[in-house]
Amino acid sequence: MNFDYSDEQKALKDQARRFLSAESPLSAARAVLENPATGYDSALWKKIGEQGWCGAAIPEVYGGHEFGYVELCALAEELGRALAPVPFASSVYQFAESLLHCGSEAQKHALLPQIASGALIGTLAFTEGPGVLTAERIETKYENGTLHGTKIPVSDGGIAQRAVVLARDDNGPGLYLVDLEGGGVSRRTLSSIDPTRGTASITFDGAPAEPLGKAQDGLAQLARIHDRAAILLAFEQIGGADRALEMARDYALERYAFGRQIGSFQAIKHKLADVFVKNEVARANAYYGAWALGSNAAQLPVAAAAARVAASQAFWFASKENIQTHGGIGFTWEADCHLFYRRARHLGLVIGSPRDWKRRLTTALQRQLAAEQAQGIAA
Amino acid sequence: MNFDDSPEEARYRATVRTWIAANAPDMGGLSADEQRNWHPAHKAIARQWQAAKADAGYACISWPKAWGGAGGTAIEEAIFNQEEVRAGVQFTYFMTGLHMLLPALMEHNEDDLSLARIPPAVRGEEIWCQLFSEPASGSDSAGIRSQAVRDGDNWVVNGQKVWNSGAQIADYGMLVARTDADLPKHKGLTAFWVDMKTPGLQVRPIKVMSGEAELNEVFLDNVHIPDTQRVGAVNGGWKVVISTLMNERAALGSGTGLSWRDVMRLAAQTPAWEGSAIDDPAFREWLADYYVNVEAIRLLSFRTLTSLSRGEAPGPASSAGKLLWSNKTQEMASEAVDLQGHFGLLDGSDDALLHGAFQHRFLWAPGLRLGGGTDEIMKNIIAERVLGLPADIRVDKDVPFREIPHGR
Ligand SMILES: Cc1cc2nc3c(=O)[nH]c(=O)nc-3n(C[C@H](O)[C@H](O)[C@H](O)COP(=O)(O)OP(=O)(O)OC[C@H]3O[C@@H](n4cnc5c(N)ncnc54)[C@H](O)[C@@H]3O)c2cc1C
Repeated sequence: MNFDYSDEQKALKDQARRFLSAESPLSAARAVLENPATGYDSALWKKIGEQGWCGAAIPEVYGGHEFGYVELCALAEELGRALAPVPFASSVYQFAESLLHCGSEAQKHALLPQIASGALIGTLAFTEGPGVLTAERIETKYENGTLHGTKIPVSDGGIAQRAVVLARDDNGPGLYLVDLEGGGVSRRTLSSIDPTRGTASITFDGAPAEPLGKAQDGLAQLARIHDRAAILLAFEQIGGADRALEMARDYALERYAFGRQIGSFQAIKHKLADVFVKNEVARANAYYGAWALGSNAAQLPVAAAAARVAASQAFWFASKENIQTHGGIGFTWEADCHLFYRRARHLGLVIGSPRDWKRRLTTALQRQLAAEQAQGIAA
Repeated sequence: MNFDDSPEEARYRATVRTWIAANAPDMGGLSADEQRNWHPAHKAIARQWQAAKADAGYACISWPKAWGGAGGTAIEEAIFNQEEVRAGVQFTYFMTGLHMLLPALMEHNEDDLSLARIPPAVRGEEIWCQLFSEPASGSDSAGIRSQAVRDGDNWVVNGQKVWNSGAQIADYGMLVARTDADLPKHKGLTAFWVDMKTPGLQVRPIKVMSGEAELNEVFLDNVHIPDTQRVGAVNGGWKVVISTLMNERAALGSGTGLSWRDVMRLAAQTPAWEGSAIDDPAFREWLADYYVNVEAIRLLSFRTLTSLSRGEAPGPASSAGKLLWSNKTQEMASEAVDLQGHFGLLDGSDDALLHGAFQHRFLWAPGLRLGGGTDEIMKNIIAERVLGLPADIRVDKDVPFREIPHGR
């Protein structure tokens, strides 16, 4: 039992924090906010690629660095702290994980080396409209080697070069690999709650595509990929929530009202203590998830859903109470508080809402309980 | 106790409803942009509507006729407001003046010059803004540092105001300044009304987190205000502040904007695991919790009304309404966005459901928990003024203002 990063992992995390405070200050996210058409900070993305972070969990045989998943979690936490305006989550947690877990050897060898170096940006296109996605509601079709239909929204859909797409053929839902720079693809960038993370709709009109690996139940595959992404996203959420708490604490120390620091009012102290406790709950669940991810533990579905629910709640709460602690200043465009409020919602919805993940969590818990009973484990 | 209209009230409601249907401005002719608050076309329609109401005796219904009101009852005024909201023709431009500032002006001043400002405001010809808050004086609303120095028949005011809603379009403002820094903080303040075109007064818009610029900074550089525009007594400004703030909280506590009906419409359009979200037990449970809270806000506004109709001032309990309304609005916007899942991130009016109204609310909601008194101040008021708990130990009360510790 060891509830902590190792010394090497800590050193990597420290190095990432130093790198990001120099290369990705909040002004980098703000620059994309002010000019959302850019979609991301391409210079920063290039430097992140040079650091080798995109290949942190990709095996060496596929051109990665194979540091490990806990290392990738540590990097995610720092990227979340910095609100880094880059397609890391789409390319690494979603696209690379899709290939690693569902792709054929040929597909992995062809694409993962470029993903690992950051030369190629990938994304995962699944949503088609509001609400819950079920097999019957998927309208995008795969026919005769081509895709037809519209995915909306697609995270980083405006800048990605490749996508894994959820579509269906006569046998039901499946995942397909498509070149977004090829024919039959049109895209439209969209306005979203968090303009620092690009969003688009992608329409396929006969775009050539191939099945991702062996044909399987696409929704089950998507669920497995999202379990993995949920844990990595939880670390970004924790990074953001911790930073929002620090901002609030710092402001509470320097702002005076009624002749006192506002941090001397119990209302503010208790508020920030509540934020801290929620962040701790998220951290505990996310660490458990990091372990499950790194060791492919059987508990992964429970750990992933628990990490996602807790981290989504923590970042939402921290970001809104950070604004509240700042008073009127916190409500302005000029203050950085709203960047966190926006990012919290983006991360909380980008692979489905906390409501859906609560359902997944409780379903996974039912399975776990049934398995424990079958094995005669009394708890 | 009776929440139904009495026969007279029902008759009044029917008359009003017919009149509104026949006279309400047509908002349909405006583009989506023009339908936004503060757009000149939107403001022009609001002004016409206010003038039409004044002509027909429906503006400031409960005010005396001498001041442009209709000499009616507070209940009639509330009925009219409800019908206006129902018809989608309630505008916020005049609320600061008519609900907060001018009642205080009428309470504290009797001179003709001051009272002459009232009829044009009732007709919507003159818009008012509140110039109270300062960079170092928000929750601590007596911590004002802008100075007014007497110079013959005038006062010369220097300093800075901030967060002033609508100052960019206002014709008049009510301003509070420090007139004696050697007295304890609450005792050295004086209130004035001021023409926003007075030389030395400069308005600069502030862009808020939703991207709009409806709040402002107001800089005061040797602004000369005649003593005839003083509100209340010299060094009696705190009394004026208190009467306006109580009115504000009562007004904010009655709640406006997207309602549970809108959330239900949204849920009906949003697919869930089975059917639409409206059938999802988790959503229904949330909706029930939300409804009892927001319905309470609506019903509690009747209590305010009951006390107003008895000639009593709205009490500190109206802080509960303000606290509930702003927090439940944020919760509702968050829930409505989440309900849509990944798609809920879209906020463009062409792509988002209900043209992005919920996403817009989501980005505005943090301001509701701050403006008109923060959550924490509302809770302090409830604890101290309603429940009678002892106040915080104060370091700023009985010392001269200039000796109070301050940071940024
Ligand atoms: C949308 C909006 C519209 C506004 N419109 C106007 C307007 O038209 N005219 C005008 O004059 N002003 C206006 N304001 C200003 C508003 O009244 C102030 O923002 C508000 O009172 C908070 O003050 P502050 O911003 O200085 O925050 P601060 O007072 O600095 O508060 C910072 C934090 O400290 C907390 N705090 C402060 N004192 C205490 C205490 N004693 N106990 C516990 N916690 C405490 C606060 O609750 C808050 O969380 C508006 C503000 C907003 C956001």
